[in-house]
Amino acid sequence: MARNARPALRRQLYSAAVRLLVWLSASVCCCLLAVLIGYICWRGLPGLSWELLTSEESLLQGTAGLLPSLLNTLCVVAVSLAAALPLGVGAAIYLTEYARSRRLTAAVEFASEVLSGIPSILYALVGVIVFCSALGLQKTLLAGSLTLAIMTLPTILRTTQESLRTVPRSYREGALSLGSGRWRMIATVVLPSCVDGIVTGCILAAGRVVGESAVLMYTAGLSTAMQDFSTIQGIMRASGSTLAVALYVYAKERADFAAAFAAATVLLALSALINLAARLAGRRLGRRQRRKKHPAALTRRQGGPHG
Amino acid sequence: MAERTILAARDLDFYYGEVQALRHISINIPAARVTAFIGPSGCGKSTFLRTINRMNDLIPAARAAGSLTFRGQEIYAPDVDVTDLRRRVGMVFQKPNPFPMSVYDNVAYGPRTHGIRDRRRLDLIVEESLRAAAIWDEVKDRLKKSAMSLSGGQQQRLCIARALAVEPEVLLMDEATSALDTISAARIEDLTLELRERFTIVMVTHNMQQAARISDKTAFFLAGELIEFGNTERIFSMPRDKRTEDYITGRFG
Repeated sequence: MARNARPALRRQLYSAAVRLLVWLSASVCCCLLAVLIGYICWRGLPGLSWELLTSEESLLQGTAGLLPSLLNTLCVVAVSLAAALPLGVGAAIYLTEYARSRRLTAAVEFASEVLSGIPSILYALVGVIVFCSALGLQKTLLAGSLTLAIMTLPTILRTTQESLRTVPRSYREGALSLGSGRWRMIATVVLPSCVDGIVTGCILAAGRVVGESAVLMYTAGLSTAMQDFSTIQGIMRASGSTLAVALYVYAKERADFAAAFAAATVLLALSALINLAARLAGRRLGRRQRRKKHPAALTRRQGGPHG
Repeated sequence: MAERTILAARDLDFYYGEVQALRHISINIPAARVTAFIGPSGCGKSTFLRTINRMNDLIPAARAAGSLTFRGQEIYAPDVDVTDLRRRVGMVFQKPNPFPMSVYDNVAYGPRTHGIRDRRRLDLIVEESLRAAAIWDEVKDRLKKSAMSLSGGQQQRLCIARALAVEPEVLLMDEATSALDTISAARIEDLTLELRERFTIVMVTHNMQQAARISDKTAFFLAGELIEFGNTERIFSMPRDKRTEDYITGRFG
């Protein structure tokens, strides 16, 4: 017993030290976050008003207005997702369900991983060259949205691929054994049971779009004036700043920090809302998922032909 | 009653890439009988079962050589409509694998796949199939409930009902009772005996007693080869091959 006393003490000290260290890093993280959020709210909330959210900037009266930027943000999120979602989900379905060549799948996966890691300013460059000039869209929300669609494509592709892979083989076998074709199997059994993963991917992508500024400065413009969203042509030609870009414009060009912090608060709230929506959607769809994941997990292990 | 052959293999070889899983299998499986495949793990019995409805197509680099016919038609001929083959040759898997949808939608899945949309006809098919699988009384009040809420034994009978709903001619059962408790397993065995009247049943089992109880014919596989095939009674009472005898008396396996 006595022989063990010293190592036991050392072990206890060691584990206490480790615990202190991880506790410290956790509290530093929490504090940083709290300070950041607190500061933004402290500076932003006083400037925030219904007026600000529902009007546009008036240079005559010298008042700021975030409504155009808010609408631009929603427009950019909607258009970029509408472009990236079918492409990303379609490509993921092809790669996981149809592609026979392992090398092709691996190459695309590698490429999309690289793409999701490169700085967004490079996408801005591509957007300027391809969408603004070559395709003649000029600096418009449309050009910006399409650029962001390309930027978020890897995210959507990869998350969809991952969630397609979690669908147990037994579901696929069940569908095929009933004489279902490949597409019918995908549409009726595979996709419904991985909707939650696809939704999560979309929301991640939306989060990136909401927070993106560099790409949009170069491709979508800096205007804080109201755009015409009432006609198709108006939407095609609309050019302006999203909230993140407006934040830059107010802080850097107008030196209106009250408005900039107000925009920051709105941006923060929007991000929180998107994240909350993601969790809620995940949990709602996950409840269905959990019930079936249990038997599914077992099947995957014993699924192969074994006789 | 004379036996009619419904499935026939002649020198069937099967490969997973470089690995040969089946060697020169030749067998005549009779219609309207229960045929059991027995043998130790990895002997090829499941592989052979899965060649019959081409479920092995899912595995990359899997290929068959030799002849395997269903009602005289080559199963691996290039012009075979695999979806039609699988409609006519149904399958029940080792683990119950109902889809994450309602009981009703599970059973209606097959008929809908094959173009039946009429609500009344579907209702009829669903009820008949659930009755045939001896689960109607337990689920008739919760057809709209998720199939995941059923017990394991009920789920497996639901899967049988789902397979029956497309009116297959052959039902393949891949160790369909091995993941169930003994009572549920016994119910599925009884069900198998009832279904024998209407379908040809081919089953893989690790359970020797089960093979002896419910099958008419037994095939013993070992290391990818068919060692012995014959009437179940004869196989279990006087096996001709020493290896069959060793296996069924529990000397290995």
